[in-house]
Amino acid sequence: MEFAFSEDQELLRSTVRDFLAGEAPVKIIRELWETDSGRSRQLWSSLAEVGLPGLLVPEDRGGLAMDEIDLVLLLEESGRAALAEPLISTAAVAAPMIRDLGGALADAWLEKIAGGDAIVAVGHPVNRFTSDAHVADLLLLEANGEIHAVDPSAATLIHQPANDPARRIFSIEWKPSAASCVASGAEARRELDAAIDRGALACAAQAIGVGQRLVEMAVAYATERHQFGVPIGSFQAIKHALANVQVAIEYAQPVVYRAAHSVATHGRCRSVDVSMAKRAACSAAEQAARTALQVHGAIGYTWEQDLHVWMRRAWSLAGAWGNGAWHSARVASALFEGTAPTETFGYSAPTV
Amino acid sequence: MDLTYTSEQQAFRQQARSWLESNVPAEPLASFDTADGFEQHRKWEQKLNAGGWAMVPWPVEYGGRGSDLIEWLIFEEEYYRSGAPGRVNQNGIFLLGPTIMEYGTDEQKARYLPKMASSEEVWAQGWSEPNAGSDMAAIQATAVRDGDHYILNGQKTWASRGAYADWLFGMFRTDPDTERHRGITFVLVPLDTPGVTVRPIEQLDGEAGFAEVFLDDARVPVSNRLGEENKGWNVAMSTAGFERGLMLRSPARFQNTARKLVALYRDTVANGEVEPLLRDAVVRSWMDAEAYTLNTYQTVTRLLQGGKIGSEASINKIFWSELDVHMHETALALLGARGELLPEAPGATGVGDWLDGYLFSLSGPIYAGTNEIQRNVIAERILNLPRK
Ligand SMILES: Cc1cc2nc3c(=O)[nH]c(=O)nc-3n(C[C@H](O)[C@H](O)[C@H](O)COP(=O)(O)OP(=O)(O)OC[C@H]3O[C@@H](n4cnc5c(N)ncnc54)[C@H](O)[C@@H]3O)c2cc1C
Repeated sequence: MEFAFSEDQELLRSTVRDFLAGEAPVKIIRELWETDSGRSRQLWSSLAEVGLPGLLVPEDRGGLAMDEIDLVLLLEESGRAALAEPLISTAAVAAPMIRDLGGALADAWLEKIAGGDAIVAVGHPVNRFTSDAHVADLLLLEANGEIHAVDPSAATLIHQPANDPARRIFSIEWKPSAASCVASGAEARRELDAAIDRGALACAAQAIGVGQRLVEMAVAYATERHQFGVPIGSFQAIKHALANVQVAIEYAQPVVYRAAHSVATHGRCRSVDVSMAKRAACSAAEQAARTALQVHGAIGYTWEQDLHVWMRRAWSLAGAWGNGAWHSARVASALFEGTAPTETFGYSAPTV
Repeated sequence: MDLTYTSEQQAFRQQARSWLESNVPAEPLASFDTADGFEQHRKWEQKLNAGGWAMVPWPVEYGGRGSDLIEWLIFEEEYYRSGAPGRVNQNGIFLLGPTIMEYGTDEQKARYLPKMASSEEVWAQGWSEPNAGSDMAAIQATAVRDGDHYILNGQKTWASRGAYADWLFGMFRTDPDTERHRGITFVLVPLDTPGVTVRPIEQLDGEAGFAEVFLDDARVPVSNRLGEENKGWNVAMSTAGFERGLMLRSPARFQNTARKLVALYRDTVANGEVEPLLRDAVVRSWMDAEAYTLNTYQTVTRLLQGGKIGSEASINKIFWSELDVHMHETALALLGARGELLPEAPGATGVGDWLDGYLFSLSGPIYAGTNEIQRNVIAERILNLPRK
């Protein structure tokens, strides 16, 4: 029993943090808002140089062959940077799905993903719209319980402008065919279920980074802004509101880390563990967003101030891969209908 | 990261479980806030100690098993699972014990710890005074040196289990010319010392759960001092860290309550009485108890790797105390009309504990440093917001 990251894992985290601070400062994030695609192939290539898209790809396919425990720390950092590039769909969901399915699909795509030469969008029934389909080289789409690998040129994308200018989501019109089907039956079901766990876990990890960054911004502002002759951060109403957010983040983080461990080790309770992580992390991030805005006052309510870059990430992450209600319902059915086991670290106490 | 128990840890769990299964009293004991209940609990502690289970992380020579903190968490899980009695000497074993371990001399360790483990001596904490609550550094009770004795004067209050306890650990002002945190000394006081008067105070549930302690020229030997003279504040702060941080409220306690709450919800559904809006409150309780557990395992790993508990203890204290209130509020809401029944009411069979638990949970955000004070600590020491 050792609930901590290794020195190597922490080292990789801080490397990625520095890297993102240099390559994707908020100025770049905001410049990308104004572009048609909202994405930068150049940035994606740099991410590939540090190994991010191929983190879960096997070594013989050019990947790093790491697992979700490594991945969550780095996704946390990408949330801290408000990075909008499609790491969740490509690195966290599509790459392990293609790896699991193997065969010609894996031959065609894993190396490209690891090398930063392919972006994959995933259309899953839990998400009404599909993100980043417009920059994808491959679409993995669900239809009638099957998974299809679809060439983007064979699909029509309908852009759905969203509250977060960094978010690019689409409805997709396309026709499934026998040739495009890459998984059906039990295999497809298993992969589609795994995709929810992987996607929700990734959102939860990013939400932690987003929440931390929002608290840091609010603390910095509360220290420098004066009213009544004193820094506003000396007012107890401000202190206590921020302390509450800190408590929420501090108690969401280990839930996310445990969920990462459960997914990486195929733990029996992984779906419940992920749902707890998604709900805890996203609600902490939303609380951070609301509180940080209140601490900033009117300046926080402007388009110009950077605060809303992270506020909008908090909101969009909360809705992606199952919102709080969806995940609570999943925990509830495990608890009350006994549809899934619930235990801590493999130890389940008998019900009273 | 390795989230599995080793085979030694599993064997330890099994050993604890089977000892508890054959030794935990079948009938619940009377409340330890009554004279009879207090003695029943003392007897239970003696049995626990004889089995070697009173304080598993302590060294063997002081009555422990020399277990590490992971084993301590496992023991706690088994303890709550077994429905064993509450720990009457919790202020001793969880708060003062670790402090003696850190600041005591070898003689003090040998003198106090074994009798603490066996609850031959049950301890009360004497910090609060009528004019020193949250502002603990405002204490006025004094200890004046007279040869190899201190002469104690003043008043302590709200000392939990003080009504029946044997000893008090308190803070006293030794240097009258100092203010606030300086000039305070940590002194161990036998409650049968001439000049000491204990007056029980009834708590919200009507039982004498705490006491006022009046000191009127009470003489105790200088050897009863813990740590250096005038340095008692530092000694006390280490106790406060344990209290808020780790020992006092182990996760098993809340996981156990959460499980009972899930069972209560199931029963209520089975009886067709459920208010659907409460379903999410139950789920949240259970998830928060899990989060508390996970956070604790993380903290324990950090401690085992040589880290320390600092101001994060404040985050911890807010979380468990609010979780406890939320769980009990939810339970009373689920109970509906039965929620207001005292345990002896014929209609309260099997569910009478919830009301008691609810009342006690309400004191969580007050004792061990109020949650407002903890928020100040988080804001100023963790977030580094300006004090003024
Ligand atoms: C069940 C129970 C058991 C206890 N057991 C013991 C014991 O064994 N030994 C012992 O020594 N004491 C014990 N106490 C006392 C406990 O430590 C004090 O109650 C606590 O420190 C608060 O002090 P107070 O009650 O004087 O409240 P006060 O300090 O008067 O506070 C009243 C209110 O004002 C708020 N407040 C005060 N200062 C600030 C501030 N700076 N910023 C914001 N808000 C503030 C508080 O948060 C609280 O809401 C116990 C209390 C209870 C309820």
